[in-house]
Parts: sequence; C-alpha cells; structure tokens
Amino acid sequence: MRLKTPDLGWNPYLAGAILGLLAIVSVLATTKLIGKTNFLGASTTFVRAAGFIEKAASPEHVDQNEYFTKEKVKIDWQFMLVIGIFIGAFISSVSDGSFQWESVPPTWRQRFGSGIGLRAVGAFLGGVIAMVGARLADGCPSGHGLSGLMQLSLSSFVALLLFFGAGVVVAHLLYGGKQL
Amino acid sequence: MNEQIIGLITGILFGFILQKGRVLRFDKQVGALLFKDMTILKFMFAAVVVGMVGIYLLKDFGLIELKHKPMNLGAVVIGGSLFGIGWAIMGFCPGTSIGAVAEGRWHAVWAILGMIAGAALFAELFPFFKRTVLTWKDWGKISLSDALGINHWVVIVLLILVYLAIFALFEKKKI
Repeated sequence: MRLKTPDLGWNPYLAGAILGLLAIVSVLATTKLIGKTNFLGASTTFVRAAGFIEKAASPEHVDQNEYFTKEKVKIDWQFMLVIGIFIGAFISSVSDGSFQWESVPPTWRQRFGSGIGLRAVGAFLGGVIAMVGARLADGCPSGHGLSGLMQLSLSSFVALLLFFGAGVVVAHLLYGGKQL
Repeated sequence: MNEQIIGLITGILFGFILQKGRVLRFDKQVGALLFKDMTILKFMFAAVVVGMVGIYLLKDFGLIELKHKPMNLGAVVIGGSLFGIGWAIMGFCPGTSIGAVAEGRWHAVWAILGMIAGAALFAELFPFFKRTVLTWKDWGKISLSDALGINHWVVIVLLILVYLAIFALFEKKKI
C-alpha cells in the first residue's frame, strides 16, 4: 500500500488515522484546558454565522428567536475550529501545489456543463436542504460521522446510514451513475 | 489558554489533515456516493477506528464525558435524509465546504451561502419542528452498546472487524 496517492496526497487510511489521533487529543484538551468536552463538528457554526448576519439587519429578531437563543450566537470554540479548517487547508494545498482555482467541479461539468449560474443555483439549494437536515438531525458528517461514530452514538449510526442512503440515490439520479 | 485559540489550533490541524487526505473535493464526495472513489469513507472510518478506541479509553479512565446526540427518531430520519439529498446536490458537507474554498475550489462559496441560508431557515422553522417532528419518539442520548445491552469494548472490537471488512472490500474492488 502506498503512503502517497498519485496526486501527492496522503494515503487516506493514514490521514484518517492521524485525524483520529487529533480527535482524541482535542477531546482531552478541551476538557482539561477549557473545562468543556468538545467533539469535532461544524454545522452549528453555520447557525451562528446566520445569526451574526441577521443581527446586522435586525438584532431584535435574533434575540427573540428560540433557536438562536438556544445555540447562542457567539464566536466559540467550534466557530474558530471552522476558521482554522480554512487556514489549515490553505497552508496544505499551497505548500504541496494542489491549490487550484476551479469554478465548476469536473463531475458536475460532465453532466450539467461549465455554466457557473447553474452550479451556483444547485449548490445553494443543496446547501439549504442539507443544512436544514443537519440541524434537524443535530449533526453533519463531522458531528455524526466522526465524533458520533467514535462515541458509538446510536443516533449517529442511523444518521450516517441515511446521509449515505439518500445521497447515493440522489447522486445516481443526478450524475447518471454508471455512464459517467 | 482560551477556547478560541484552542479551537483555532485544532481547526488548522483538522483542515491540514482533511486537505492532505484529499477529501475536500466535490468529486471525492460525489465519487463515494456513486461508488467510484471511496476515499472519504476510508478516511472517515480510519479516523473512527482510531478515535473510538482512544475516546473510550479516556472515558473508562474517567478523563472525559461522552456527549451523545439524541436518538430522536423523526429528527434523525427526516434530517438525515434531507442532509443526504442536499449533500449529493452540493457535493460538500459543512466542514469540507470551508476547506474546499481554501484550496481554490471557490465554487464551494455557493454551497456555504446556501448552508447559511439553510441555518437561518431552520431557526425560523424550529418552533414548528419542536411541536411536531421532535415530539414523535425520543430514545434520548444513548450509545449503540447501551441499546444492545452489551459492553462497549465488545461492540468496539466487532465494529473494528466490520470496518476492516469494508476496507478489504474497497481494496478488492479498487474503488
């Protein structure tokens, strides 16, 4: 088994195992250093980002909203984690030359052409649907997929099966499955 | 050290590893859903194999508390399905969309804007969900081993075998 992929990435099993170690250290570090056990996750940050944007337009509306009050619109550990993902991915991709400007992803282009407008509409609508789902299920592939499966959470096994089950059906319908 | 600095450092490492694993791309995410390229599942399950052993060791030594997400049947089934549908269309999940922009795949910005809009929509719909879906059936914050009534280490060993079998299948099929 190779340690590097043909595109100079790390072997996915190795990269995953390293991420597993980071997840363990992170859980211990948050518990010991800030007194709160935090598991890796990302989707709640989108709620807080929406809260900050809405606050600029109407602070009262955000204050009165039950869900924003429950999740608290603030720059917390996870918000900074998500900003860190951007920085880490930037450093990694620039330093190994895999950074590449791309306006439409190849698989999408083969099926729907290189129009930026259609891709923008698809990604936006997909994003709306996915985030409503993630907040209802209380997690995304980070919160359920990584952190939940590591803790053997029952809800995460069910969520992951449905993420993939529904995703497989829609991906085959959209991108034409085998003829790609 | 404050929580923001710890979050930022952890995030930088997280983003670096995600990028090195080459899991940030639309084509990797959709590739897994089309059974063409299982990189993201190899990556995710390898992290889970290592992580679950370490997390349960920390828990058994009393160093950390677990934080299960609630097994609320309607919420997990409907929410999980909606997530899957949206995921296939946009080709990113919340964490990877951010990293994708950082490696030049700037079209992930549309997905990020959609997810922020989706979060705002969910905040408006929350009272409705609270009256309906969230009241249906809630088994609470439980683990698979609680549900099965067996020791967590038995479940962990069995799951490691399952994950290894999945890896063997991927390698055999060269996907």
